[in-house]
Amino acid sequence: MTAAEGTRLEYATAPERLRPQIDASYGLFINGEFVEPASNASFVTTDPATGRKLAEVAQGDERDVDRAVQAAKAAGARWSRLKPSERAKYLFRLARRLQECSRELAVLETMDGGKPIRESRDVDLPLAAQHFFYHAGWADKLQFAFAGATPKPLGVCGQIIPWNFPLLMAAWKIAPALACGNTVVLKPAETTPLTALHLARIMQEIELPDGVVNIVTGAGNTGAAVVNHPGMKKIAFTGSTDVGRHIMHSLAARDIPLTLELGGKSPNIVFADASLDQAIEGVVSGIWFNQGHVCCAGSRLYVEECIAEEFIAALRERMARLRVGDPLDKNTDVGAINSAEQLERIEGLVSCGRDQGAVLHEINDDPLPSRGNWHRPCFFTGVEPSHTIAREEIFGPVLSVMTFRTPEEAIRRANSTPYGLAAGVWTDKGAKIFDIAARLEAGVVWCNTYNMFDASSPFGGTKASGFGREGGRHGLRAYVQLAEARS
Amino acid sequence: MSGADRIDVVKTGKLYIGGASPRSESGRTFTIEDAKGRVYARMAQASRKDTRDAIEAARAKGLPKWSGSTAYLRGQVLYRFAEMIESRSEDLAGDLQRTGSTAAAARKEVAASVDRMVSLAGWCDKLDQLLGCRNPVTGPYHNHTVPQARGVIGVVTPAQPRLLGLISMVGLTLVPGNAVVAIVPREAALQAITLGEMLAVSDMPAGAVNLLTGDVDELLEHLGAHGDVRAVLGAGLSKGQRADLRRAAADSVLRPVHCVKFAGDDWVKDAVVSSPWMLDLVVDHKTIWHPAST
Repeated sequence: MTAAEGTRLEYATAPERLRPQIDASYGLFINGEFVEPASNASFVTTDPATGRKLAEVAQGDERDVDRAVQAAKAAGARWSRLKPSERAKYLFRLARRLQECSRELAVLETMDGGKPIRESRDVDLPLAAQHFFYHAGWADKLQFAFAGATPKPLGVCGQIIPWNFPLLMAAWKIAPALACGNTVVLKPAETTPLTALHLARIMQEIELPDGVVNIVTGAGNTGAAVVNHPGMKKIAFTGSTDVGRHIMHSLAARDIPLTLELGGKSPNIVFADASLDQAIEGVVSGIWFNQGHVCCAGSRLYVEECIAEEFIAALRERMARLRVGDPLDKNTDVGAINSAEQLERIEGLVSCGRDQGAVLHEINDDPLPSRGNWHRPCFFTGVEPSHTIAREEIFGPVLSVMTFRTPEEAIRRANSTPYGLAAGVWTDKGAKIFDIAARLEAGVVWCNTYNMFDASSPFGGTKASGFGREGGRHGLRAYVQLAEARS
Repeated sequence: MSGADRIDVVKTGKLYIGGASPRSESGRTFTIEDAKGRVYARMAQASRKDTRDAIEAARAKGLPKWSGSTAYLRGQVLYRFAEMIESRSEDLAGDLQRTGSTAAAARKEVAASVDRMVSLAGWCDKLDQLLGCRNPVTGPYHNHTVPQARGVIGVVTPAQPRLLGLISMVGLTLVPGNAVVAIVPREAALQAITLGEMLAVSDMPAGAVNLLTGDVDELLEHLGAHGDVRAVLGAGLSKGQRADLRRAAADSVLRPVHCVKFAGDDWVKDAVVSSPWMLDLVVDHKTIWHPAST
């Protein structure tokens, strides 16, 4: 034994333990400053891992949205005519400042949303910064992005984002809009407004012109006010299919472009000839990344029948090693469920799975924290295609495992869903990969990998998962009008 | 009756569904009159059931064959189709003239339609290279985005220009390998009949193109709301029709609705109609990742 035996080693505080400064209350970010909402109403945002109140956040209504739209419209006159290379420099500044602030923003993201710090630190923040950096470089090259056509800005863009990747979704929405010369009114999710508001501060720091980005916090009514404001020249929404449908209805009589990134029930297909160890890791990250609060989560696993028994045993073994708990602990794999409401929905669907006859596999060893919203990672076997858990998006750490015998059957069953966001396929046969990837009805197909994202990689779905792409050259199309395309 | 010596043979126009030419299941017809107000043809008036049958034929018959064809083959089939339009030029011009166009305008529209199809034919094996790309992702992955056929596309063709509008809308939708279910307004029904006659003897797989003549207002929502229709492309729609279509499309499974607004001589410009950004409306971009390391 060493000399240190019996003495307690002194460690420096882990970076993620240094809490960011969180204000007692936050206003709306309109025309470059934080302002009180017209109604003076506010709501509370909490830490889902503890239930503790983090801050009071302004509740915006139609009047505030109108104020934001007027600010965005006024700012647009200058912003859209700014020399594109200068517009680019603001976005590069944003990217740089985000990188510098990434530690505190990662901690804030984890506190407000419940996701493991390892994920906000290694995924959300780097990708958000990359998104601004990538799009910054497009600002002065748009004339080359659309063969034979001349892109023009659309004007004021209304953007509504979800709670699962709050800052990253803000970056996905804001970066391409700004690069293309538009201005923005952004509505963050009700349960996770803080990182967007801190992003607004960064915008002040880098001296982004006032009104180019406006952030109006609130709940569904605030979102509806964004969608229905007549000054909007484009609406972009990421969230549930039901709300997406509602938005498309609301906008039916208006000829403005709409992009929707909605729900999913993505299949992950594992063939017997796959590298099984890698496939297990892919299935794990496919469904248990971010507590399964991922629109493209690989929530339907199809395993080739001849390896099912072995694969399910290995999956069970791997699942048992996932750590559930304090999201600020960097060893945590599965953090807190984002809200009590979402937890209730997940629990309801899990009990529905049991009631309909599927077999639940759950590891019950570690005690869950006594406060906060928690759900253990789990999977179901004995799942029939007609079961609710095989059809409906759960948006939680719950996997439905099914089997197949032939590639044709795998494709048929994978495509047998109204959704079409993402799909995974695991096999070491190259020809099979190309064939199956081409035939899966999904906007993104991950072959021998899963849940990979990049600012240069277009993301988005088909069928009930929506339309339009975000990221890459393709994502720019949603934020320009082409005089040559009269639509 | 035109002259004293001979009885006219009045044409019975039918729908074109799954490669066959059925009457409407509804038994309804409408008439097309010539410029002098005489009945020139009786056309089938499509119903909701006909629309559903056409979508089924497109999904089950036309789409697998057409989307499964190579880009080179699709290009050749569309080019062959341009040859067929050229050889039917006189009929087509005659029909346009009989229902209101001047002789010169009719000839011009037919020529533009042939040229449009030639232009579109050439896109089939180039679209991927312009609209797709490899994405430089951070990490050891090969990542590329490819434009794919969306599937069955609902098309609403304009009342004017009757032939060029029909040929352009159907043709551009076919380029990436989609199957088409087109609602053709009464005004352009004669052109739809001739198009169907040509398609029936062309190399286009049965069901790849389906033509429904009738009332746009009646059929619009059935087309837009059908779960197997993956996108809707409309031209010449009124504000109210566009709203109805978008509402219908939002209801069952969501699908994008693109309403193009061509004005003036837009229809004759290839830079407008036969552009990659029009074709972009009827493709679906798929992004595929694969590790590129050992």
